[in-house]
Formats: sequence, structure tokens, C-alpha cells
Amino acid sequence: MAEASDPKAGATAGTGWPRWLRLPPVLGMVLALLAIWYVAVVPMNVKEVLTAAERAGVEVSPPSAVDRRDMGNWALVLRNPHALGDSWSSDRPKLPAPHQVLVELYDSTIDEELNGRRGIVRSGTLSNRSLVYHALVTLNATFLGFLIGALLGVGLAVGIVHSRVMDMSVMPWAIVSQTIPIVALAPMIIVVLYSIGVQGLIPKAVISAYLSFFPVVVGMVKGLRSPDAMQMDLMRTYSAPTASVLTKLRLPSSIPYLFASLKIAIAASLVGAIVGELPVQKGGLGARMLAGSYYGQTAQIWAALLVAAALAALLVYAIAALERRTLRRMGMMP
Amino acid sequence: MLSDEEIKNWPEAGTATTAPVIRADHLDLTFQTNDGPVHALKDVSLDIAKGSFVSFIGPSGCGKTTFLRCIAALEHPTGGSLTVNGMTPDEARRARAYGYVFQAAGLYPWRTIGRNIALPLEIMGYSRAEQAERVARVLELVELSGFEKKFPWQLSGGMQQRASIARALAFDADILLMDEPFGALDEIVRDRLNEELLKLWDKTEKTIGFVTHSIPEAVYLSTHIVVMSPRPGRITDVIESPLPKERPLDIRDTPEFIEIAHRVREGLRAGYEE
Repeated sequence: MAEASDPKAGATAGTGWPRWLRLPPVLGMVLALLAIWYVAVVPMNVKEVLTAAERAGVEVSPPSAVDRRDMGNWALVLRNPHALGDSWSSDRPKLPAPHQVLVELYDSTIDEELNGRRGIVRSGTLSNRSLVYHALVTLNATFLGFLIGALLGVGLAVGIVHSRVMDMSVMPWAIVSQTIPIVALAPMIIVVLYSIGVQGLIPKAVISAYLSFFPVVVGMVKGLRSPDAMQMDLMRTYSAPTASVLTKLRLPSSIPYLFASLKIAIAASLVGAIVGELPVQKGGLGARMLAGSYYGQTAQIWAALLVAAALAALLVYAIAALERRTLRRMGMMP
Repeated sequence: MLSDEEIKNWPEAGTATTAPVIRADHLDLTFQTNDGPVHALKDVSLDIAKGSFVSFIGPSGCGKTTFLRCIAALEHPTGGSLTVNGMTPDEARRARAYGYVFQAAGLYPWRTIGRNIALPLEIMGYSRAEQAERVARVLELVELSGFEKKFPWQLSGGMQQRASIARALAFDADILLMDEPFGALDEIVRDRLNEELLKLWDKTEKTIGFVTHSIPEAVYLSTHIVVMSPRPGRITDVIESPLPKERPLDIRDTPEFIEIAHRVREGLRAGYEE
């Protein structure tokens, strides 16, 4: 009686390549980017480097800083190859070299917390000058905004799928909402909320939610509508109430769509939190970036950028891990 | 070709002592499309007696699936009358009068076989204990005991379709409506499922409406074969099978079987030639 129950063909993960073979392409890409970065540092910083060299007594051409100002960066590089040794170690570079960024990263995280006067070792609390502290501030707003955005997105999607009126009224506004540049809108949100006495975490979370609800709405509407006509007919033959169709068919069908949306949404939440920190200098990676640009500390900006990028990667990875777990538990992934 | 009068006076399916379970009287269904009205069903009259196995056969567009969907209240006729168990199809559906089997098994990939079969029971509010008891019973009926904890992708196409039949049987509807349930399966699996379906019909004494493209399948399974033709969709012949209830697979080589199959084929050809 038993027919063969062979496992699904797609059981082998990804490309089917062994794990170690996936490393060289990634590593190669990173090395190539670093090489481009190091090369770009030279023309980007050439004017400051030549000025410093001139002060140190090195002959540079042309000798006048005024003449150099109007010249192209590459022309200066080609005319003064002998005076460029300090390109990768200048104090206030326009573009810091990667190792300068890494040093800044180390200084403002591990070194600050371990050895700084206000670090966690000496004071017992995270230093407000450390990126760890600022990353946590941003992360707080990101999570709260993501939570609000995801719930709002799912709620709106359920409404849109079940109500023609909502489908026609909400969806266009959701789309329009995403066409307004968030940098323009964020200060308005903060000002308006401040005027009604709301400040601190909430305004940042609102901006996060504003960015993150949209991918969830779009993905969930598609996911909730993904059951085909036959599956809907089956539910009709049971005279299933709308709530049963939602919980037993539409929601489970939408799970893969939901996770795809959540990955976009959490990255958008992080962006929203950072943008929300720009106008309010009260901590967070966004505040750090703006402070760095006020004081010409480009390495500080880059260090904050790296932390933000690493956070985004970590958050998306966490959602992907949750997705794998969930789909496996649902039996939809071997 | 038969006249409408002849069709109307066709001997009722099954024995004359039982009232028909499904009664269609001058049923019309017209779809309004951009290219004008499409007559999916025109003047269809048919009685289906309790316990009979009725096959609907005909080319694409003859309305056989549409008729089945009308019985299930998935489509609504634009004319004539249709009763199921003496009720309107909508009322019958709410009274859980039928189980419906589609061409694809349509099992939920996120539910095990057992939980898939329990789906209608959950929706209809059966208790946990009763769900478990019924799932075990219908799994045995379709010979899938032991597969309760498996996920659909771990089963072959034939086993998935058996599970979907179990799902349709789980809530004890008297009528089983099947829309080309074995159409996507290969012939060897189909033969075996046909044999099993006959046994199941014998054990459960359900009334079965069965849509198919296959002449041998229709003749092998049915007590009554309804031959339909397209444009407009209508009944051209209703054949009462003289074959005994006990039907081994090799009954298909007997002269009686070939005789009926020939008559079905003639009916189909007549529909085409108009």
C-alpha cells in the first residue's frame, strides 16, 4: 500500500556549494573594495596633505596653495608623487583610510569602555562617548519602531484584504506616504510631537514605524491574497466564517511573504531611527554622525556608519534565522 | 441526440422507492462576459438518487464542472431549480450536506496529514477528542493509517489525493462531489484509486457525483453516466450501467463494459457533430 515517500528535491540548501567555497568570492569582494578605498584616499585628501607637506618644508608643485585650490585632485597627485606619504595618516582627512576608521572604531568602543573615565569598567555604566552606548540608543528606537510598524502593517493589510473601502482608501495613501523624503518629514514629526509633549524615544520610533509599516503592508496584502481560487473554494464548501479563513488559510499562507517584508522593514526601521536622531542631539548613531560632521571628524562618521551597517546586517540575519525556524516548525521547509 | 422531453422522462437514477437526493429541473446558468453571454448550462434536468454513483463526462466547456459547482453552491444558477436533500444548495452547504474533492489535493503544506483532515472539523467546531477519532477513522478508510504525522510533501501525488478524499469524508456528509479528482495522476495510480473508491463507496453508501474526462473511468465507476456536450452545456444522454456492484478491474474487458463505453463514446461524438 505504501507508496514511496521521498524527501523533497529542494532539500539541499542554497546553491549546493560547500560552505568554504562561498568564502573566497566574499573575501575577494571585500579586498577589492578596500583596495579602491585606499587608492581613493590619495586624491581625496591631496590638498590638505600637500599643504601640510609644504609647511614641513617639502617642495610641492605648484607652490601656491591658491593655485592648487583650483586644480584637479588627480593632477596634483601626478605632479607630487613624492609628497603624498601622509595621505593615509592625516589628522583631518576628507576621506579617512580604512585603518584610521578601524582605529577610531576601536577607540570609541572597546578602548573607551575599558579604559575611559566614563567607561563601563570605571563608572559601571556605558560611556556616553562610546559607540556601544549610541548603538543601544538607536537599537531601542529601532525595535520599538519596528514593532509598531510591523503590527500596523499587518493590521492595515488584514483590513485592506477584507474591506474594499479600505483597499481603495488606504493603499494610495500608504504609497504616497513613502514618496515624501523622510529627511524632510522627520524634523516635522519631532517638532509636532514635541509641541504636544512627546519627546525622547517615541518620536524616533514613530519615524521608524513610518518607514517600516509600508513593506509589511505591501508584502502582507500579497501574502493574504496568495491562496488560490481552489483553496478559497474549499473554505466555502465548509461554509467557513471569514475569521476561520483568515486564521487557518490566509495568515499561514502569508508567512513567507511576511518574513520577506520584515527583513526590509527592520533595515528601514534602523534608517528611520538614525534619521530621527539627526535633528535631536541626544545620543544615538545619528547624533554621532552629525556631531562628526560638525567637527570635521570624518573617521567618527565612518565608524558610526560601520556600526550602523553591522547592526543592519545583524538584524536582517536575526529575522532570517527566525524565518528558517518558523518555516521549519510549520513543515514548509525540510 | 435526445429531445428535452425524453431527457426529462428519463428513468430516475437508482431505485424508484427513494426520493432523489439531488434534483435539477430545467437548470440554466449564463455567465456574462465581455464577449457576450456564455451559456454554461442550458435546460439541465437530472435526478440523482441516494446511494448512486453518477459520473459526468463530456468535452471541456460542456458544463460538467459547473453543474457540480452549482450543487455545491459555489456557482449560482440563473434559471430553473436545484435542490439538494430537498433544500437549496446554499442551505445544503450550511447543513454540511456534501464533501468536495478538487482536482488538486490542495492540502495545506503547513499542516500534517492528520491536521489537514481535521481542518473542516476544526472549522465546524468538533471537540478535540472527536476530531482525533474521526481523523483516525477516515485515514483507515482511505488506507493512510500511519501517515497522520507526515507532511504533504512527504507523500506521493496519489497518497495526497487519498488524504484529500479523507478530508472530504471526515464530517460525514452523505454526498461526495468529486471534480476530476484523479485527472492529474498517472494511469496505474488512477486504476488503483478507482478500485479503492468503489470499495469506499460500497462501505460508506455515499451518493457520489464524479466529473471525469475518461470514458473507462466513468464506465468502471458509475451506476449512471451523464454524457454532456458544450455550447450550450447540456445533457445529451444518461446511461444506467448494467454492471454489477462488485467490479474487479478486469471487468473492463467484458462485452458489457465495452458496450457501455461504446455508447458513451457515441454520445460524446453526437455532441461534437452539431
